[in-house]
Amino acid sequence: MTAAQTLSTPPEIGGIGHSVPRQEDARLIEGQGNFLDDISLPGMLHMAIHRSPVAHARIRGVNTEAAAAVPGVVAVVTGELMAQHNLAWMPTLSGDTQAVLATDKVRYQGQEVACVIASDPYTAADAAALVEVDYDVLDPVTSPQQSLADGAPLIRDEKEGQTDNLVYTWESGDSDATDAAFDSAARVVSLETHYPRSHPAPLETCGIVADINSVTGQATLYMTSQAPHAHRTLFALVAGLPEQNIRIISPDIGGGFGNKVPIYPGYVVATAASLLLGTPVKWIESRTDNLISTGFGRDYHMRGELALSEDGRILALRADVLSDQGAFYSDAQPSKLRAGLFHVVTGSYDFPSAHVTCRGAFTNKAPGGVAYRCSFRITEASYLIERLVQNAAYEIGEDPADFRLRNFIKPEQFPYTTPTGFVYDSGDYHTAMRKAMDEVDYTALRAEQAEARAEGRLIGIGVAHFTEAVGAGPSRTFDIAGLKMFDSAELRVHPTGKAILKLGVKTQGQGHETTFAQIVANELGIPVTDIKVVHGDTDHTPYGLGTYGSRSTPTGGAATAMVSRKLADKSRKIAAHLLEAAEADLDFSAGVFSVRGTPDRSVTIQDVAFAAYTNMPEGVEHGLEGSYYYDPPNLTFPYGSYIVVVEVDAETGVWKVDRMVALDDCGVRINPMIVEGQIQGGLTEGFAKSSMQWITFDEDGNCIGSNFMDYLVPTAWETPRFELLETCVPSPHHPIGAKGVGESATVGSPAAFVNAVIDALAHLGVRNIDMPVLPDRVWAALQSAGGGVG
Amino acid sequence: MYPSSFDLTVARSVAEATAALSEGGEDARILAGGQSLIPMMKLRFAFPSLLVDINEIAELASLERQNGELRVGATVRHADVAASDLAFGAVAAAAPWVADPLVRNRGTLVGSVAHCDPEGDWNSVLLATGATVQIAGADGSERSIPITELIVGPFTNSLGEGEMLTAVHVPVPSGASGGAYLKLERKVGDYATVGVATHLELDEDGRISSAGIALTSVAPSNLKATEAESVLIGESPSGELFAEAASLTADAAEPRSDIRGTAEWKRNVVRVYTRRGLEQALSQARSS
Amino acid sequence: MEISVKINGTPQKHEIEPRQLLVDFVRSTAGLTGTHIGCDTTSCGVCTVLLDGVPVKSCTVFAAQVDGHEVATVEGLKSNGELHAIQKAFTAHHGLQCGFCTPAMMLVGAAFIEENDNPSDDEVRWAISGNLCRCTGYVNIVKAIQAAAEERRAQ
Repeated sequence: MTAAQTLSTPPEIGGIGHSVPRQEDARLIEGQGNFLDDISLPGMLHMAIHRSPVAHARIRGVNTEAAAAVPGVVAVVTGELMAQHNLAWMPTLSGDTQAVLATDKVRYQGQEVACVIASDPYTAADAAALVEVDYDVLDPVTSPQQSLADGAPLIRDEKEGQTDNLVYTWESGDSDATDAAFDSAARVVSLETHYPRSHPAPLETCGIVADINSVTGQATLYMTSQAPHAHRTLFALVAGLPEQNIRIISPDIGGGFGNKVPIYPGYVVATAASLLLGTPVKWIESRTDNLISTGFGRDYHMRGELALSEDGRILALRADVLSDQGAFYSDAQPSKLRAGLFHVVTGSYDFPSAHVTCRGAFTNKAPGGVAYRCSFRITEASYLIERLVQNAAYEIGEDPADFRLRNFIKPEQFPYTTPTGFVYDSGDYHTAMRKAMDEVDYTALRAEQAEARAEGRLIGIGVAHFTEAVGAGPSRTFDIAGLKMFDSAELRVHPTGKAILKLGVKTQGQGHETTFAQIVANELGIPVTDIKVVHGDTDHTPYGLGTYGSRSTPTGGAATAMVSRKLADKSRKIAAHLLEAAEADLDFSAGVFSVRGTPDRSVTIQDVAFAAYTNMPEGVEHGLEGSYYYDPPNLTFPYGSYIVVVEVDAETGVWKVDRMVALDDCGVRINPMIVEGQIQGGLTEGFAKSSMQWITFDEDGNCIGSNFMDYLVPTAWETPRFELLETCVPSPHHPIGAKGVGESATVGSPAAFVNAVIDALAHLGVRNIDMPVLPDRVWAALQSAGGGVG
Repeated sequence: MYPSSFDLTVARSVAEATAALSEGGEDARILAGGQSLIPMMKLRFAFPSLLVDINEIAELASLERQNGELRVGATVRHADVAASDLAFGAVAAAAPWVADPLVRNRGTLVGSVAHCDPEGDWNSVLLATGATVQIAGADGSERSIPITELIVGPFTNSLGEGEMLTAVHVPVPSGASGGAYLKLERKVGDYATVGVATHLELDEDGRISSAGIALTSVAPSNLKATEAESVLIGESPSGELFAEAASLTADAAEPRSDIRGTAEWKRNVVRVYTRRGLEQALSQARSS
Repeated sequence: MEISVKINGTPQKHEIEPRQLLVDFVRSTAGLTGTHIGCDTTSCGVCTVLLDGVPVKSCTVFAAQVDGHEVATVEGLKSNGELHAIQKAFTAHHGLQCGFCTPAMMLVGAAFIEENDNPSDDEVRWAISGNLCRCTGYVNIVKAIQAAAEERRAQ
């Protein structure tokens, strides 16, 4: 229960605002979850992938003899074989094509070259190691700058009309107005920074069990899928399977974070193999498979500039992005938006002009560009503006918090149209920021920092205030591969008053089975524990685009509220019939219809449900069931103010978080316990990215970060303690005023951590250290600023 | 990921183990905690044809003090050392920082020593404290050599065919002594970016009678900083002395730039951690 | 080779290959899929089981090595139809989201509170630092283990 929210249901019903325990926990705490690798079917075979050891090479030949000769091996699939079925290439979610199994060239280290199908996973691994590929090694392209330079090797030579490595150019905003503002600016602050490649790395890797019945043609695909319906349609379009015969079951998912949105080559080969062999085929990624080949996030090289007036107001922003796309353009993002929602880069600030340009470049690296716990490139945007604003404050000699407070969009300006065309729905940034500042006693902290500096200790205070744009999205702008980004809910209330809610979205740990039941409980007064939530099975749920980009509550949550209201309207008719009263004379609260003025004349929602099947008023359709497809009128815009305090060891560059306060405003909180859990998790990933978690490549294109010894995920020991705060300004257009929260903290916190380290060094003139802020980078910055010790 | 096929023998005595090892030839390996070997087999960097499991040999599981030495048997887990009151100085300091808690429950000190991974923590501790290792041969022979003679190079020890380590002996100082192990790691479970083991013994006048400094992850093998050690011996501890020893240690290091950081920075960390480690060792010695 | 092992208190005999990893033995041979696999490098800890009561990463032990020993998994936490204190605490304190690391975290927690029934925040964090979680940020896992310790203390 949050300060700004009132409860409309008692705890035993457990509607909005109650921290009810999760319904999904019971199976998970007893080891009875059903994750992909837990699925075992009779006769099931196992697939392993042979991957390219080099980043760029022409394939002279693939020899599968030794692999095929291993006892237990059933088949070895090559690109040539896939090509015979027209499946050597597949479309990506961004309109490019991607190799399923390489036929002509390999274009990144770890690319899929051949697959072995065998009786058990050990044998499959033995045989996959015996596939011999004759490579003619080519020069690799390992940076987007190199990629777009003259004379760079052409990576996509198979692509008709492609003469260079440019993937796309895209722009937003008004360049003339922005230029004019910069011409008149008193000061210009600029920043160049690389938001490094990262990987969602859910603890459960990706996988599939493909089970195609050769007699009936029924294809049951158990997949780690964040978007099962969209995947079904794409499978129908790519593989030519009749869509009614495809059933995608996405079972319990061990974390997704965007990694389980795309379709990967392994899924396609396993499905084709099951079709050809007539037996179920399982493919489970190893961790290395996962990290070196599946959807990464970020990898944006960004340059930003702010034009400032004499009195410290922001006049305009320019941002230029060079995106490292890897070998195929497979960003999982809305089709019309080449750089996702990066143009939200104007952030939380009120200024008239902005111009954003983005270019994507092919490189010899794994493809991806998924929205890693983020709504389509918003993390990069939020990072750039919050780092720029911090530096702007230093430039004019003002406290970074004061600078923000002066330039924030004011509460009375909402709905606020940004220079790049977003319409922010609601907010009160000043209150949020001041509340966070009060919590840390900001003024005292600054004094403490000054004292510490006098003693030679380096303390930094990092501030960040983010505004997210989530809940994609309105159908006029948002589609993925043509599929509009609405979402859906189907609600059936059974005769005994128990209900089943079916969703187009799909949980990966966010707690949909509880929070979505709470929405129904809130609207209809049916206790949460009487509501079963079904999701992730395309035969048994209504069509939806899935869960990513913090879209479940803004879209699927809204659909759930709307279908509940539909059934509430029908229930009112039935109640009026049962109570022999006029509909307009009935009050409805917490599951009870009563006649206004005579509250003892009442029926419960359970009475109504029974009547819907046993005693309907004449002329009303039987049953108490319905569905709703919700097309949101706008995105929602959660925001937050984060403050981080760090201490830097001047001798080594090692830094440690002393304190972090995170204030989030995500509108109405359905289940505060779950919301806080999401924020805690998101802050941890933000800390990870700012401090240790990245993927890089050496000059030969070898991936550094191919397992958890090199790709660092923080443990409980490194993870700071976070203190959470909240405000609540509901979304005016969402049926229950909720905005979505799953990714806020990942989006907002990296800038706060980095700003804190920079702030510790700012008095020495340090203005940037790229993420991850590794101790050697901090130490080097200190050395060159002359502030190092010893 | 899955290891390739091999044979496995469970040995019930040291004699059985060395006999099996000898019979298995050069592709036979001892399996103790397995926390380094099994991951290497899964990643298919190691392909032993025979594993000789020594975990069931009771006599190898003892951790005790005898004859002025701390004796760590071949199947004593890192966690046993971390939890033991018998451990002291740099040994006690290093134990909690080896790998992570679960790996420490299974992995062994002696196995780590035999592995000779330059990023392993224990060999630095043994170099700093002047430890010896006990070796059993296939013919029933036993010998003891200083740790300096065991470490040949990265992932290479001086054991002959059919030989195995049965224990490590660390001399227990009789007078005032102290030690430390400072490890800069990126997260729990990571190998050291830089590790520095320090060991000091003081005579009755408070002068340094024995000194040990050794480094992890900044040379092709764990490196004993002998020049730095020798400037300490016979001197009264002071900030200047420790600074000099730290500088000499940093000069002796051979760090390489990699994903963990630049060589220049690592050398600096060696210097800072050596000084801090010596200060900690001194403070411990003075209060012992 | 044949091994005899007690799994969650029940003696069993199985024919195995020397190279079979304990985690695969537990999941495929013994059919207990509550133990998971998350990496190849002994890093993530989602495969944790108790070997003679001690938490170990079952991806880095061969099944052959548990011959004559006892293995406990998440499926064995419940006894006499009653959830273990750690299981109740994980639900009560929202110590899980996707649930993939949860069996391991609970087993480590259950073993830990036997040794320390009044742990500080730091002590719990240290004890679980061989196990990764991507969803929760650990804070509620720590709270859950402390709550289970408190219940243990009260017994």
